[in-house]
Amino acid sequence: MAKNKEELRDLNVSETGHTYENRQEIYYNDNVGGRAVFVDSKEQYSPDEPYNEDVYIPEKDRDKAPILEVKNLGIDFGGLTAVDNFNLTLGRTEIGGLIGPNGAGKTTIFNMLTKVYEPTRGEIFFDGRSTKGMKTVDINKAGMARTFQNIRLFDKLTVEENIKVALHHTTDYSLVDGMFHTPKYRHEEYRIRKEAMKYLKIFGMTKTANYTAGSLPYGAQRRLEIMRALATKPKLLLLDEPAAGMNPSETSELMETIREIRDRFQIAIFLIEHDMNLVMNICEGIVVLNYGRVIAKGQPEDIQKNPKVIEAYLGKSRGKMEEEEKNEDIEEALKKGKLESSASGKPDTGSSGKEVE
Amino acid sequence: MAERLLKNISTRGLKNAVKGSEYRREAAISYAILIIGFIVLQAGAAAGMIGHNLQGQFVPICCYISLAVSLNLVVGISGELSLGHAGFMAVGAFSGILMSRIMGFHMSFEPAIIITSMLFAAFMAAVAGFIIGIPILGLRGDYLAIVTLAFGEIIRNIMNVLYFGLDDGKLRFAFNHTIDGLDNNERIITGAIGATGTKTMASFTWGLLLCLFTVFVVLNIKNSKQGRAIMSIRDNRIAAESIGLDVRKYKLMAFVISAALAGMAGCLFGLNYSTLVPLKFNFNTSVLILVFVVLGGVGNIWGGIIAAAVLTILPETFRQFADYRMLTYAVVLILVMIFTYNPAINARVKSVVNKIKIKKPGGKDKKTGKEAA
Repeated sequence: MAKNKEELRDLNVSETGHTYENRQEIYYNDNVGGRAVFVDSKEQYSPDEPYNEDVYIPEKDRDKAPILEVKNLGIDFGGLTAVDNFNLTLGRTEIGGLIGPNGAGKTTIFNMLTKVYEPTRGEIFFDGRSTKGMKTVDINKAGMARTFQNIRLFDKLTVEENIKVALHHTTDYSLVDGMFHTPKYRHEEYRIRKEAMKYLKIFGMTKTANYTAGSLPYGAQRRLEIMRALATKPKLLLLDEPAAGMNPSETSELMETIREIRDRFQIAIFLIEHDMNLVMNICEGIVVLNYGRVIAKGQPEDIQKNPKVIEAYLGKSRGKMEEEEKNEDIEEALKKGKLESSASGKPDTGSSGKEVE
Repeated sequence: MAERLLKNISTRGLKNAVKGSEYRREAAISYAILIIGFIVLQAGAAAGMIGHNLQGQFVPICCYISLAVSLNLVVGISGELSLGHAGFMAVGAFSGILMSRIMGFHMSFEPAIIITSMLFAAFMAAVAGFIIGIPILGLRGDYLAIVTLAFGEIIRNIMNVLYFGLDDGKLRFAFNHTIDGLDNNERIITGAIGATGTKTMASFTWGLLLCLFTVFVVLNIKNSKQGRAIMSIRDNRIAAESIGLDVRKYKLMAFVISAALAGMAGCLFGLNYSTLVPLKFNFNTSVLILVFVVLGGVGNIWGGIIAAAVLTILPETFRQFADYRMLTYAVVLILVMIFTYNPAINARVKSVVNKIKIKKPGGKDKKTGKEAA
């Protein structure tokens, strides 16, 4: 096949008649049905390895390169393995969910994605580029923005300024302009003020523009944080428990907002949330985490039915517990009798619920 | 959607938090204080109401105001404690004096000499700030304060052993142990004895211009994208990083600009005295400047201006009490601290202010309440 490829390249013509004029922008893939497929990397995508069976990507994003690919991600804190073998593929305009019981390692994954923590193992490909060696600042510049579980706003700045700060990199004037307020400064300030107001308008917060961020009510602070993240013009937005502390009506409004953000800006959103109503309603793909390991992946319907997920959240059913106890008894008996039964009788369930996968 | 969300975020209960056009107000108050203060003091001096001693303090007052405002850039806007501001003042003072002497050798047009000296002083102080800033700005809080203190002392001690001389218009310099080569030349800076024979060019007008310039630059930065970046890092470092702001870069920027402005103030300070010893720029001076900033209110520009002026004038007016002068000064400091930072007293003052305020715009509040509901 490789030889075939080279031959085609020499001829400068593809099987389907495409020329190789723009080689760098063309992906070559001969895995799909043994037929060469030519696609523009920016418009369409056909990965070197086609999406695996266990990777869930919504239908609409299947023809585009994934925004985020995480492979075997893991991190140790001292001797403790907080996250291990975490895999994820997120579509261009997908709303993905990350759920799991408290302490499962969800926020740790966010911190690894944004390089607040450096992962011990594994790789992260954001927008087709490895984020190895990047720092938090570079990650944001590459197009990933996040919010925080415990709101982190610039409390003493006004709402408007909070967004203006996020527009920092699109504000084009130098320190000297800033020092002496040159015409360029005025022009740019006027422009970003308008832009900041545009964001405020989307979220219906124009009235609060001149209030200090710290004085806002809780729900508005959360919204401002999302707005600030959006103002950095991300391709992927990470939301860490956006609905925490909100009442049901606020949550349903938030749900609408998240969908609207995705539709309006055409970006991917990956969120951690404990509110199952929100997760099951807006997420297209869900990853469930427990003890730092992925225990389930898939569409909301699959997740709801998954016994491992139910077990992680609600505990084991009585029948299963008894079964496991029985297994443990057999194991003990085997140990006591010093029977060497490696091939036949040993139960494969393991001894505890820790190894869920 | 916007309309629906609007319902949620009423502006009720947020009345005290309005910032509005605070920058413009702050700028207006600051410039007004400076100019009115200048006119009052000038008039007082002309009318003979102000003593000779106090008149001699006019330029230092301006320098201290400028120093307080520039230190506010680090302490108030960048949120880091710096105890080495006098070090940058020293760099500015001596490099400014040096420049003025070199310039004086070639020309006698004073404004040109002063401006060039100030720019040179600002540049040298900025360089010093940059060199010191790079290694230390990874530190935070108390640790940074201690290291800046140490660097301030180091700068002063280097000044203590530094010799500069002019030899037919050529500049020569030496350290303590290589002094021999300088013996027959005209000395400008002589180690611990400091700068001698400086032509005193500084005047109150120059002082005012310096203050106006410093306030102008600091307020402008505060209201620019760089200033917002600096303040956002102060408010929340992690969030600032998460929106792509380089923390070290902006901390360094605040530090260097502050050092440069301190250098300019130091230059004018140096040009005010015919003799200036390095001992003047010791730890006490750094603390004094910090006291101006803290008393004026951290981050409050015009507060710092008033504090600097009052705390320079007070010791002068208490001169007649001689022995009790410093005691009174300390008591005044303590009292001011108690009254500005005691929450109980603060609350009391606020409630009184609110009572006065509410009486006037009562109708307005009802209106906004209706709109929100």
